[in-house]
Amino acid sequence: MIGVLMSSFGFAQEEMNTIKNDTTKLDEVLVLSRRKLSNHRQEKTLSSIDNYLEKSNKITMIKRGNYAWEPTLNNMASERLVVTIDGMQIFGACTDKMDPITSYVDVSNLEKVAIGSGQEGTEHGHSIGGGIDLKLPTPKFNGSGYKSGLDLGYETNGNYKATGLDLGYTGHSFFINADGVYRKSDNYDAGNTKEILYSQFEKYNMSLKSGYKFSDTQSIDVNLIYDKATDVGYPALPMDVSLAEALITSLTHYYKSEGKVFKSLETKLYFNTITHIMDDTKRPIVPIRMDMPGWSDTYGFYSKAALIKNQHHFTLNLNGFYNKSLAEMTMFSNNPEEPDMFMYTWPDIRTLYSGIFIKDDFHFSEHETLASSLRLGYHSSEIAKDVGVQSLEIFHGNVDEQNDRFLISLASTYQLKKDNYNLSLGLGYGERAPSVSEGYGFYLFNSFDNYDYIGNPNLKDEKALDVNLNFKQKFNDFEIGLETSYFYIMDYIIGELTPNVSSMTIGANGVRVYTALDHASIFSSYLNSSYKISKRFTVNGTIGYNYGKGNNGENLPLIKPVSYFAEFNYNTPKFNAALQLDGNGNQSNYSRLYGENETADYAILNLNLGNVFYHKLGKTILKYGVENMLDTNYSTYADWNNVPRQGCNFYVNLSFVFR
Amino acid sequence: MKFKYILPIAFIALFFSCSTDDDNDATQINEVEGLELIQTIINGNETIELYNEKGQFETGYNQVSLRIKNNTTDTYIENATLSWMPVMQMPTMQHSCPKSVITKALGKDTVYEGFIIYQMTYEDGSGWSLTLNYTIDGIDYSVTETISVMQYENQNSVSFMGSDDTKYILALIEPKDPTIAINTMKVGLFKMENMMAFPVVEDYTIALDPRMPGMGNHSSPNNTDLTYNNADNFYYGDVSLTMTGYWKLNLKLLNENGTVLKGEDVTENNESSSLYLELEF
Repeated sequence: MIGVLMSSFGFAQEEMNTIKNDTTKLDEVLVLSRRKLSNHRQEKTLSSIDNYLEKSNKITMIKRGNYAWEPTLNNMASERLVVTIDGMQIFGACTDKMDPITSYVDVSNLEKVAIGSGQEGTEHGHSIGGGIDLKLPTPKFNGSGYKSGLDLGYETNGNYKATGLDLGYTGHSFFINADGVYRKSDNYDAGNTKEILYSQFEKYNMSLKSGYKFSDTQSIDVNLIYDKATDVGYPALPMDVSLAEALITSLTHYYKSEGKVFKSLETKLYFNTITHIMDDTKRPIVPIRMDMPGWSDTYGFYSKAALIKNQHHFTLNLNGFYNKSLAEMTMFSNNPEEPDMFMYTWPDIRTLYSGIFIKDDFHFSEHETLASSLRLGYHSSEIAKDVGVQSLEIFHGNVDEQNDRFLISLASTYQLKKDNYNLSLGLGYGERAPSVSEGYGFYLFNSFDNYDYIGNPNLKDEKALDVNLNFKQKFNDFEIGLETSYFYIMDYIIGELTPNVSSMTIGANGVRVYTALDHASIFSSYLNSSYKISKRFTVNGTIGYNYGKGNNGENLPLIKPVSYFAEFNYNTPKFNAALQLDGNGNQSNYSRLYGENETADYAILNLNLGNVFYHKLGKTILKYGVENMLDTNYSTYADWNNVPRQGCNFYVNLSFVFR
Repeated sequence: MKFKYILPIAFIALFFSCSTDDDNDATQINEVEGLELIQTIINGNETIELYNEKGQFETGYNQVSLRIKNNTTDTYIENATLSWMPVMQMPTMQHSCPKSVITKALGKDTVYEGFIIYQMTYEDGSGWSLTLNYTIDGIDYSVTETISVMQYENQNSVSFMGSDDTKYILALIEPKDPTIAINTMKVGLFKMENMMAFPVVEDYTIALDPRMPGMGNHSSPNNTDLTYNNADNFYYGDVSLTMTGYWKLNLKLLNENGTVLKGEDVTENNESSSLYLELEF
């Protein structure tokens, strides 16, 4: 059965890379290379990981405020993606998705970001929409000695300050690197200097990484990331966050073989713990005061081997994790004579996963590759608190404490690469288990559609067939490319209105219980082009079209409307300038059923400038510019409750690199 | 040599066997374990002990355990028959309250049990007396003693006039230890036939709508109305509690023809039924 599927699905592996909205680097979308996350190449050296991800075509960030944006890939959000940090599973501790895991790392921790669309992103876990892996730096023992760097940034809008410090030593058998980033912003102003209350944040991130090389074949490294955000405002939500804290640790062993077939083995043990405390004390008027803490701990491992045999390049990845997610809510009655009200919103859900991933890149001719992958996994979730079982039984009759699933994912991509011509065609089939909220959430308030959501432990696996086609043609100085993907999703999990059930949240419209649509379709396509006018001057543009509908004829929520992006670039080795036009068309296919309203079209202009100065001590990089030059007041389809985005913003980033 | 060791062992064995015999005489098993003494009533040669879980009478449903001790022999009487009559003295009249017959507790030798539902009390707990009539070996005895009944912290019982001009008394019995779950709800429904007789009302329906006034009158799904169970003469239904806290169990009493005798629907404009019980956990 598997064999048949494998062969009929054919081909294709796309290891896409987060790249800027620019279209000149199309080959990076198609080939296996991943671009380095060198922050000096970005528009802002101190840009956050959120800002960085947003530059990719396929990724849109859902914003609930000015911090902790949630990435969506192919119009699918966290529960349909597998987002990992260097292969490590980590799960946010907030029931309201206020802490996507991308908020617990900073650019300084990472080397690159690998994005796999659809079933090509399943190296680290099962997903429907794809995978985002935030890669930590690979250890180097090149003896480059001491290195240090200092980054300073300031932005006028929100009085935003950012500082980064990086210290490191690299020897031939030992290295150690430490870095820290501190960011603080006041409330920002939307267009027309309208202050957005509760949009402030403050966070710092520290990381320490050290490695030791035993021999030419073996080395180990340890990595420790501590991230702490305090006083984070969420203007789109009724509550803020007083603490979002993560400790992410790992120990990795590397083995490099000189054998003919067996090339390398990388084994990692990891642990991470997250504490997330929601807070409403800064809000003057609330219907009721409440505490909503959440905790998420994950233990895991992976062991990854690379083998080469003739034209075949095999990757094997055996991985497993154990996660514990607990969240609770205490409400303090306005009537002091009444006792506090308490419930578990995530009743201590234990998830145990183990699986294996096998991939073969078959370079069967000079220009052609056939990449095929298979992931098999066993996924088990358990409700550890009896009261969790009983509370879900209020809605679902009989609820089993434990739920076991067997998951499969298959993908194949055919890739043709010529000098002026690239083509890839991919097919995939994948399954995923419901997320903790979808399966076990209890009265999770979604301020987007103003409903309380109840999890459903009896959900079936969500399944998807996906096809993607990418194509690029180069005519001298002109390039044109097309990226498309189509997903046919079966048992599409979504909240369905449950009539006559009263909401828990005061002022909510009602209750939705997670159920599944029989099927849904999501399509996305981007047409990219670029033209090199001269050696220094290039112009590029992108138009995007997305579509999402369920079998009930309703539009799916959070589907990107028509979007466009144009950029004029001027580049010399020591100076660069870019003028960008970024816009969306009117969101006419919005989903009223799922709480959306029509978001108007918008367009903004950005100007980014950069200089590099080389000197005896190293180099100095200066990045500066204006975002939203015309101070447009706008919000996008991905802005929770249409909270307007930043108005005009002048920024300057200064980086010193000493070596 | 051996005898030197055997002797003390023999003594110890003898000592322990004797002492266990002694225990046996004074009821080896404590049949009121887990219960607290409410009061003792001494009547000549007998002492009547009243127990419940809290060690005091409170308004609402009281499950009561009783023992009668023969003061001469210091033993508990196992073959008595008992009945009781609680009476509240008001300024101009006196009345009783719903109560069960007293039966031997299942599986116990010395304990008798029954329930009393006090529908009211004075603030200081005064006003009530309890008359106990009992028969031992064909001889009747009677004793009346003042008891104190404390006001329960919330409305776990209610007495009201129905639209049929009958006075009813409704008392919450379960859930005793509510959890965030679908809890079985059990109530007793009685009507006041006269000042001293409160028979069980059969085959009515009690419609249920639990709400949390502190949470914008939040309700819960999958509650069921209470119906009469003729096996034990109580009413049973399901109450879903979605969180801990203060719950107002809004009720509507319907007779066997479906006529509403008391209570209203909870709506946007009507926050609460005039017939309700309260629950806190």
